Amino acid sequence: MAIARFAGAALLLAGAMAGPASAQTGTPSDNVPTASVPSDKATPPTAAAPPDDGNWVMPAKNYASTRYSEQDQINATNVHDLQVAFTFSTGIDRGHEAAPLVVGGTMYIVTPFPNRLFALDLTKPGAPVKWSFDPKPAASAQGVACCDYVNRGAAFADGRLFFNTLDSQTIAVEAETGHELWRTQLGDINKGETMTMAPLVVKGKVLVGNSGGEFGVRGWLTALDAATGKIAWKAYSTGPDADVLIGPDYQPFYDKERSTNLGMSSWPPDAWTIGGGTVWGWISYDPELNLIYHGTANPGPWNPEQRPGDNKWTGGIFARNPDTGQARWFYQVVPHDLYDHDAVNELLLLDLPVNGTLRKTVVRPERNGYVYVLDRATGEVLSADPYAAINSSAGVDLKTGELTMVEAKAPKMGKVVRDICPTAPGSKDWNPSAFSPRTGLIYIPHMNLCMDWQSAEANYIAGTPYIGAEVRMFAGPGGNRGELSAWDPLKRAKAWSVKEDLPLWSGALATAGDLLFYGTMEGWFKALDARTGEELWRFKAGSGIIGQPIAYRGPDGREYIAVLSGVGGWAGAVVVGDLDPRDSSAASGWANAVADLKQKTTKGGMLYVFALPQRR
Amino acid sequence: MSSPFHSAVRTALLAIPLAGLGLAACDREDREPRGAPVGDSGPAAITQGSLYAGEPSPPRPSHREYENNAYHLSQGKQLYTSFNCNTCHANGGGGIGPALMDDKWIYGGTLDNIYATIVQGRPNGMPSFRNKIPEQQVWQLAAYVRSLSGQTPKAASPSRNDTLNAKPAEQRMPKEEPKGSSPGGPNLEGRQ
Repeated sequence: MAIARFAGAALLLAGAMAGPASAQTGTPSDNVPTASVPSDKATPPTAAAPPDDGNWVMPAKNYASTRYSEQDQINATNVHDLQVAFTFSTGIDRGHEAAPLVVGGTMYIVTPFPNRLFALDLTKPGAPVKWSFDPKPAASAQGVACCDYVNRGAAFADGRLFFNTLDSQTIAVEAETGHELWRTQLGDINKGETMTMAPLVVKGKVLVGNSGGEFGVRGWLTALDAATGKIAWKAYSTGPDADVLIGPDYQPFYDKERSTNLGMSSWPPDAWTIGGGTVWGWISYDPELNLIYHGTANPGPWNPEQRPGDNKWTGGIFARNPDTGQARWFYQVVPHDLYDHDAVNELLLLDLPVNGTLRKTVVRPERNGYVYVLDRATGEVLSADPYAAINSSAGVDLKTGELTMVEAKAPKMGKVVRDICPTAPGSKDWNPSAFSPRTGLIYIPHMNLCMDWQSAEANYIAGTPYIGAEVRMFAGPGGNRGELSAWDPLKRAKAWSVKEDLPLWSGALATAGDLLFYGTMEGWFKALDARTGEELWRFKAGSGIIGQPIAYRGPDGREYIAVLSGVGGWAGAVVVGDLDPRDSSAASGWANAVADLKQKTTKGGMLYVFALPQRR
Repeated sequence: MSSPFHSAVRTALLAIPLAGLGLAACDREDREPRGAPVGDSGPAAITQGSLYAGEPSPPRPSHREYENNAYHLSQGKQLYTSFNCNTCHANGGGGIGPALMDDKWIYGGTLDNIYATIVQGRPNGMPSFRNKIPEQQVWQLAAYVRSLSGQTPKAASPSRNDTLNAKPAEQRMPKEEPKGSSPGGPNLEGRQ
């Protein structure tokens, strides 16, 4: 493992914002939520990141999506003593991408398909099962899941748990008893619609979206009444403005996002009806602005020559009013996406000094390799800096918000375009980063891969994939396939980074003990010094880790760290699907990038919970 | 008071549904004493496991002409892309669906098994293509699927790829030998 430091490179960019930003903002107390945090650091808005009560009620920890725990009992001086407190086998051996939840003495876990939900009693030794719930989803849904049968977690609110099933149902369960309260069928597997994302509950509404961008589905985000499961509103990502919920409230920052019915006119006739733009990623919420933020995924098919036009509203970020679903602004990160670059990664809400002014921003390590900083009130791009190897684009024009593409790397029919960086899953896929207000750093688990691409004519057959591209991936410059980068959003550069042999597909967790936790696909669960990147502790789990670690305070007042082990997802398909890596295009090119993974890990499904040894 | 004419009409109207009932009643009593010969055709001809009640039934007449013929295999290769087989199974290495170029067959590796899997679908995600692909094209597809693991004669297997060349062409693939875990293998009797 190598640790690289980028302090020198950071200076190149830091000139514009030398000196504490608070000196240049009128009244720092208005803008700086936490007095103990100096104003020259990024901070999440307090309304979206309230003080930690020791629970973990949503996968992102809070509405600002910081994945930061204020628990500090486990720290750099004692983490070497960290040991297993208890384990739990989920009985499922597909990719475990979910974050466990903890609410007052009970832990909740949702598994990959068949999406079983378990409640573990943390007040008893060994955390026995309190109840379990089996939603019995349709087995055929497995055939229309693009990237393993994953589920990214449940959400808790007002005594209820909400989660999605692979066959496109949203289900509410009473958290105390496990009794089903309601279930709503939201999609049709015969059109390729599945659901894998973790819901977000905002003001009594459960926000959920569909998956299936590789099957020619039409993407949407919908809000369900948390009490009844009835649909309150539904916003499509393509089609007429009335379907997209674009109306009088809509005020995009850039003119190119402003015209009538762009969701139809930026496509060949009717292509928008099977155009993708699914909403399977992360949602954040700013209570003060009363806006939710969500991404839209890739347009379909992958072959870009079959869909000339900007393909609105795919590959971008929406801000919407959670009460009505009405769009406030939109920014298309990848107009006319060339590479399957879903724009659905996590959206961190941070108040950040930019050019001497404290701005309310949303920060997103994007699939195309740039860390985007947008004004979250207006949708203006404030900066976009590369955090990984990129040769398919040449930066973002901060005046127009336009991404400049490199023509030589654009897919063309009848031609193999070689060595495109980043790949289809991007510099970073769904697996979320974490932000520590103590260090001011964003911890980005990501990849270093490149690819060869050949477009082919995609053929739409409902219920089968609609792709039109053959891809093989391989290690990027330097040969390491993964990297954990600590990103300084003020200096717009890496503070440090750790190279990993395998691509990173797990989430990150930052704690007030100044520790950073993440897992690798061969099963190492690691704790790093959040300030330096020095590795302080590691544990080998039974199967590769692609889950989202969490920290919580147990009923006994002690700090615990929990993570699900169980390799899989698109990146681990070669293991869970027992694929044959002699075909370099298997798993849409992933098999070639991780052909060695079958020798390094096996399938599994196990919860690991760690704590310091109990003093007697 | 009803006239004789009216009552005659009424009788006629009543007679029509009664006649229908009478016909249905005859069908109800219809029976086919023997049925189709056991194991000769249809789904009954296909086994998905390698365990039999009693002695294994003799194999049905196969469609070996599809496996030994370069034209059929090359048609199969083209259809494999046209019907989006490749979008789930890649070039045989698999993805959403299982690999087809290795020595494992979940639902059987005979030409009949593969034909049945394509037409019937399978419960864990393989879609049914019933009535979507002409029968001869299904046989061509099934034969091509067998060529992915080198089960077809090299003289007949496709010798080149039109795309990324993600793996060697079928003609150059080593022949995989399915093990006992693969139901319905080609040599159930006399396997050594």
